[in-house]
Amino acid sequence: MSQIMPDHAVAHMAVEDAPPVILLDKVNKWYGALHVLRDVSMAVAEKERVVVCGPSGSGKSTMIRCINRLEVHQEGRIVVDGTELTDDLRALDTIRREVGMVFQSFNLFPHLTILENCTLAPIWVRKMPRAEADDLAMSYLSRVKIPEQAKKYPGQLSGGQQQRVAIARALCMRPKIMLFDEPTSALDPEMIKEVLDTMVELAEDGMTMVCVTHEMGFARQVADRVVFMDRGEIVESGTPQRMFEDPQTDRLKLFLGQILRGH
Amino acid sequence: MSQSAAIADARYTAARERPPAGVTGPWAWARRNLFGSWLSTAVTLLLGYLILRILISFVSWAFLNAIWTVPYNAQGVADTGACQLAKGVGACWAIVTDKYRLILFGRYPYQEQWRPAICVALFIMLYVVSAMRSFWRKELALIWIATLVVIGVLMWGGVFGLQMVTEDFWGGLPLTLILATFGLAFGFPLGVLVALGRRSTSMPAVKVICVIYVELIRGVPLIAVLFMASVMFPLFMPEGVNIDKLLRAQIAVILFSGAYLAEVVRGGLQALPKGQAEAADALGLSYWKKTGFIILPQALRLVIPPLVNTFIGFFKDTSLVLIVGLFDLLAMGKVALTDPPWQSFSTEVYLMLAVIYIAFCLAMSKYSRGLERELSRAHRR
Repeated sequence: MSQIMPDHAVAHMAVEDAPPVILLDKVNKWYGALHVLRDVSMAVAEKERVVVCGPSGSGKSTMIRCINRLEVHQEGRIVVDGTELTDDLRALDTIRREVGMVFQSFNLFPHLTILENCTLAPIWVRKMPRAEADDLAMSYLSRVKIPEQAKKYPGQLSGGQQQRVAIARALCMRPKIMLFDEPTSALDPEMIKEVLDTMVELAEDGMTMVCVTHEMGFARQVADRVVFMDRGEIVESGTPQRMFEDPQTDRLKLFLGQILRGH
Repeated sequence: MSQSAAIADARYTAARERPPAGVTGPWAWARRNLFGSWLSTAVTLLLGYLILRILISFVSWAFLNAIWTVPYNAQGVADTGACQLAKGVGACWAIVTDKYRLILFGRYPYQEQWRPAICVALFIMLYVVSAMRSFWRKELALIWIATLVVIGVLMWGGVFGLQMVTEDFWGGLPLTLILATFGLAFGFPLGVLVALGRRSTSMPAVKVICVIYVELIRGVPLIAVLFMASVMFPLFMPEGVNIDKLLRAQIAVILFSGAYLAEVVRGGLQALPKGQAEAADALGLSYWKKTGFIILPQALRLVIPPLVNTFIGFFKDTSLVLIVGLFDLLAMGKVALTDPPWQSFSTEVYLMLAVIYIAFCLAMSKYSRGLERELSRAHRR
């Protein structure tokens, strides 16, 4: 099996001269004895859109969750927006304020209204006055096309609507970076498009995005770079066109064969 | 779908909008549930007969043949002869009218018993106000503090021209309410903190302390904790320091309820999906904001039934303070029964006490069911 390690200089050729806003340098992580991240190195430049794909259990979710320290890595360095992730809680707060995250299972707060979901963090973390936070939330809810649902509770919305609220909630913190952890995997097929459309719009606005997803159409449309992970390591990375049309490794070929057959 | 099929479908829907006759209504319900088969009809009739018999004999004992007053002789001693004659046939409610102030307020000076009476009313007002969701604001804490201060002033006196009454004379319902209210008002926050501490991953020392506390307290009966508080605790105190009996019992009740409530709250914390905490973390909320805004509101809602179960249990368990020489409502009932003319009328006294306990416990459980319904209405998952 050929083993092509990603060449970082080539990897973010889309915006080559910009300094990386996310830097992973030989990151290693274990769950007990299980080695889930092996020497993962990656740099994401400002406004770059990276799609991470790979079979389940490949460590892609773990990797993205390490970026805002929902998971703690044991070896290597992670630097986000110039701040290194360590046990220092203040540094962590700074980073989490700048990094928004959207989860597979939405994770909206079911006891708060849609509007309250969106304004909670701006009010209590950013110390924004309530009226201003309300306006901000309404503007983002309008952007994801559900301003009329503001007074409802998450349980009253469809899955696609909930995920769009989750995106709006993250955006209300005005993050510099957005992380998406399989945002469409828990959705019924007819709702996937509305969420992807929202993400495409966000990408077109120039948001820095790291997105774990199996939606190859989305990757083709917006990604500057696709990263393929398998068994805890980055196997191959490159532009979507190069990755899909000319996969270099057997593992990527196998993976592409499997997911394309599935679609 | 063709047009005619659509019309037929609409007609079918219209015809089906109402269920057929005999499916709803009390008669249909009775037919389905009480007289569904021969066996069920037989059981219904038998039980109906038994219930009617019991009801009739209870009504004739408690109301029709009951004796409401008895004559008093020149020394003020009750002549319970009529009651003795009616024993087994009619209730002697005269004991309640004779002893109710002793049972309700204990040995509190007779002339001053309006003070504990007001305190009981204040406690009930406090419960009602706390139960109303529109009062769930920061001001509620102030209302609590103010009310408890007023209750303290009224019970102790010694200021504003009120006669000083020490705790030794407190008893009956106010004592029960004091023990229960403080026990739960302090035990609940303590329980929440211990539950959070027990789940802490970043502070292993705190976790160990919380585990030891819960397991230690849960491992011994409340009576033992009360004994320790009243007998052993003073041994450890420096000479001259004397914490009074009521406070010691109160601390024991708080520590005990704290341990039990901690486990109930922990159940709620564990039932909450991990994603909730992760989403709060990802938004940059601090630990206490995450806990206060996201985790606890949801976790506590999940455990309302077991929480109220524990509350009710503790309300009744306060009667165990009898063991350390405090005379709560139940103990005062027993005291009332030691008066020679009234000695044989315990049924009436215990019925009266049961009614009081049931009133409080039923109010709690009804309220909790209403609260659960209200809270779950908007956001079903």
